[in-house]
Amino acid sequence: MSQQPRRRRLEVEDSGDVAVVHFVDKKILDEQNIQMIGDDLFRLVEELGRRKILLNFGNVEFLSSAALGKLITMNRKVQGVRGKLVLCNISKEIREVFEITKLDKLFTILPDEAAALQTF
Amino acid sequence: MTDTGRQTVIQSDLDAARLVQEEIEGVVRHAFEEQEAFAIKMAVEEALVNAIKHGNQMDPDKIVRVVYDLNKERFDVRITDEGPGFNPEDVPDPTAPENLERPCGRGLLLIRYYMSSVSFTDDGRTIVMHKLRNGK
Repeated sequence: MSQQPRRRRLEVEDSGDVAVVHFVDKKILDEQNIQMIGDDLFRLVEELGRRKILLNFGNVEFLSSAALGKLITMNRKVQGVRGKLVLCNISKEIREVFEITKLDKLFTILPDEAAALQTF
Repeated sequence: MTDTGRQTVIQSDLDAARLVQEEIEGVVRHAFEEQEAFAIKMAVEEALVNAIKHGNQMDPDKIVRVVYDLNKERFDVRITDEGPGFNPEDVPDPTAPENLERPCGRGLLLIRYYMSSVSFTDDGRTIVMHKLRNGK
């Protein structure tokens, strides 16, 4: 069975020693997609040794609870290397998802990239 | 069921669920405000994934039945799986401190938050959700 080429799901750029991650997909939904996004995020820490990571949700219109699970795992991995994970540019609707699930208490969430970079 | 009502049956396949979700999104988009449409989308997504992953255990031989309807007052959706059923009261509170860092278990919480009413029948195999128009 041939495998489809792996589509890039994250765009990563450096701001100093902070890896700033943008999501390519507007809707972080289906299981396979979430799995791949998770793998790509974890790779940043586990293979590329990044410890300061900023997730910019500016392009994200929708995400499911499965995506929240990957973020939790990512947070744990970053903490495991004594790094820092910050989220920013989260829309009002998605911010509400974090609040309903009380994950706004777990994650550091800033309104925009500039403010978020200040925290590193 | 009104003229806008629809019933569809899918296999326990997340891609098929995606198509149903998009269909429903198309129906509600014009009838609800953006925030309410988001709420329905979230609840339907979570309920479909629950039916497929937890109810049917991703068994390709098991189906999920989706019945939905939109009228002047509300959007109704009923999702049924062929699993063993469950007691919604047994689902741990994902916001409890000891559960906060669990990677899963938030779907029902989100469904209950976003929909106007949620109930279960058929020993938990069917979830019935309503969303009233105009933020009720």
